[in-house]
Amino acid sequence: MTPAIELAGVSKIYQRFNRRHFATLKSALLRRSLVTDLRPDETFAALTDVSLTVPAGSSVGLIGRNGSGKSTALKLVAGITKPTAGTVTVHGRVSALIELGAGFHPEISGRENVFINGIMLGLSRREIERRFDDIVDFAELADFIDEPVKTYSSGMYMRLGFSVAINVDPDVLLVDEVLAVGDEGFTHKCLDKIADFKRRGKTVLLVTHSLNLVERFCDEAVWLDGGRKRAEGDPRRVVDMYVSNVAQQEDAFLSAADVKTIEGSATLAPAQAPPPPVPGVATTPAPATAEGRWGSGVVKIVEVALFDAAGHPAHVFQSGDPVRLGMRLQAAHPVTDFAFGIGIFNAEGACVYGTNTEIEEFEPITLEGDANVDVSFDSVELTEGTYRLDVAVHTREGVPYDYHRFLHTFRIKSRTKDVGVYRPKHHWAFSANVRIRPRA
Amino acid sequence: MWHNLAQLPRYRGLIQSLVARELKARYRGSVLGVFWSFGNPLLLLLVYSVVFKYFLQDRGDIQPYALFLFCGLLPWTWFSSSLNESANVLVSGGNLIKKVLFPAEVLPIVSVLANMVHFLMGLPIIAAFLGYYMWIGPDTLEDGTLGPPRVAIHLAELVWLPVVILVQLLLTTGLALVVSALAVHFRDVRDILSNLLTFWFFATPIIYWWGWRPELKVWLDFNPFTHLAVSYQEILFFPENAFGHVWWLLALGAASIGVFLAGYWLFDRLRDSLAETI
Repeated sequence: MTPAIELAGVSKIYQRFNRRHFATLKSALLRRSLVTDLRPDETFAALTDVSLTVPAGSSVGLIGRNGSGKSTALKLVAGITKPTAGTVTVHGRVSALIELGAGFHPEISGRENVFINGIMLGLSRREIERRFDDIVDFAELADFIDEPVKTYSSGMYMRLGFSVAINVDPDVLLVDEVLAVGDEGFTHKCLDKIADFKRRGKTVLLVTHSLNLVERFCDEAVWLDGGRKRAEGDPRRVVDMYVSNVAQQEDAFLSAADVKTIEGSATLAPAQAPPPPVPGVATTPAPATAEGRWGSGVVKIVEVALFDAAGHPAHVFQSGDPVRLGMRLQAAHPVTDFAFGIGIFNAEGACVYGTNTEIEEFEPITLEGDANVDVSFDSVELTEGTYRLDVAVHTREGVPYDYHRFLHTFRIKSRTKDVGVYRPKHHWAFSANVRIRPRA
Repeated sequence: MWHNLAQLPRYRGLIQSLVARELKARYRGSVLGVFWSFGNPLLLLLVYSVVFKYFLQDRGDIQPYALFLFCGLLPWTWFSSSLNESANVLVSGGNLIKKVLFPAEVLPIVSVLANMVHFLMGLPIIAAFLGYYMWIGPDTLEDGTLGPPRVAIHLAELVWLPVVILVQLLLTTGLALVVSALAVHFRDVRDILSNLLTFWFFATPIIYWWGWRPELKVWLDFNPFTHLAVSYQEILFFPENAFGHVWWLLALGAASIGVFLAGYWLFDRLRDSLAETI
């Protein structure tokens, strides 16, 4: 089968111009070398030697972090920009859903805009007339089509833009993250339409941050990183590689952030320390306040770390992973009245879980010198999100020796985008008359 | 360049709809609507007539002055508005160029054509003036005889009018392409242009007659718009039945083809950098 899209050794270098323009214009005019003088001061490689083949009739997802060159690749395929090196070949009519409704004029009616937009996208007037009703029906704008576009809500605007672009009936459809906007219902409708496209043997190139969509929808995924192709192939495999790479980088970022907050609050301030919200329980749901550290300092928490199943320190975990929380303590002199507490808070500051050794009926005997305390969770059944930790060592009555509020952060990742904070272990069961199956 | 130039006729449907949109959008929401296409040049004419008739010295050798003024002012408005709009058109249409595969040269061309439509809508006003002055006829002189005709229209001259318009269209489009592409790279062009146009206006025989100061005529001849303005004035205003400026016009026409091609060439050279610079 002939490829629908072929990129061969494509590089794209963007040129940045500094503010020397006026001098350049003047000297250019004087030297009469205006064209040759339009030289950039700085260049930026958005894509470097990327080769890519998309067979006709397949769907390919482009994934990667922001600035990895995904959108540039799409613009090259659309022909909006030209490659600095290499060749881009596209067979068939292309429609690019890069910005919906680009080129709508606010002052004139939706009807007129549909015609002009359609002509811009390469349709003839007659073709648009034939498809006009489909376009309006799909956009659900029959009642508003004769109103000026400036009166449309942004949702209506996008619906109309999508509807025109999709009705161009291209052989190759380029989609750039446009589905992220718009309400749930319409997004589904768009996805259905794109899936319909796929069924009819058209080619789809999709740029998205929704990894789910790539896994579900695409035959192949391509991961771009810093303008280079890192991996391509089976979507599940490529997405996994990408996710674990992102996790590693996030990990590095969070541990750097932890070091900073702890350094920032390194000195204990017993005098002005607010008492723990409820004595005795380090982890009572409290109004979310800023991070901080307080206590008498008789016992200090000198290090807090989270460890994954393999015992490596980590900040990013998959939901359901085992996690061990380790604290290293230092007692200035031996104490007999002590308790350890932890609390997990979600990003909104709501307490997800809190406990301490008093609540769990441990009897303190002595604590002296250097010590370690570990709390192990067999599996962290949390939904995706960022969580913050309270850790504390205090007296049985709750007078703090050292209280760390929100100084430690970790992140839970999840394939399932369920909601809430806690994921009870569960499974579904269906009786005979329910026909349902896990999505491939 | 030749390949792209050959594509241009394929965009005529697009250009046509964009010009129509431009015209519709301009007056959408205003009470008087399309009346402004007539109203704007009329009011402008009123201002200039008052200023030059009552405040500045009346050049009595040109009568009726308002009609004379209008013959130069109307094409000048087309010319200067086209260039001023072209300086902004790529930046304000940036969304199209950056996000859609769109032939960028269409945008300045649409500016020129939309303004040409305004110009053409002004022509009936000139016709009305002409009709009025022809109807009231020449002045009766002191000795009781009839003076020379104020205005007269000759078919032999009138057939040249489309040629003048075509030459102006070519010249304006060529310059509009240059201005629009350069304005993307050098935003200074917009300010330079609006000042340059003010100067250019006074350096063109629009408010005064071409032969008013013989010693300046040589310099005026260097100004391409002089020959357009004089052509319009000879065809529509001066009663002589000889379109004496025809050779100037044809020379300017040839030069305008050159300007258009040079403008297109420059635009084509800068085309790839447009989407990235806007």
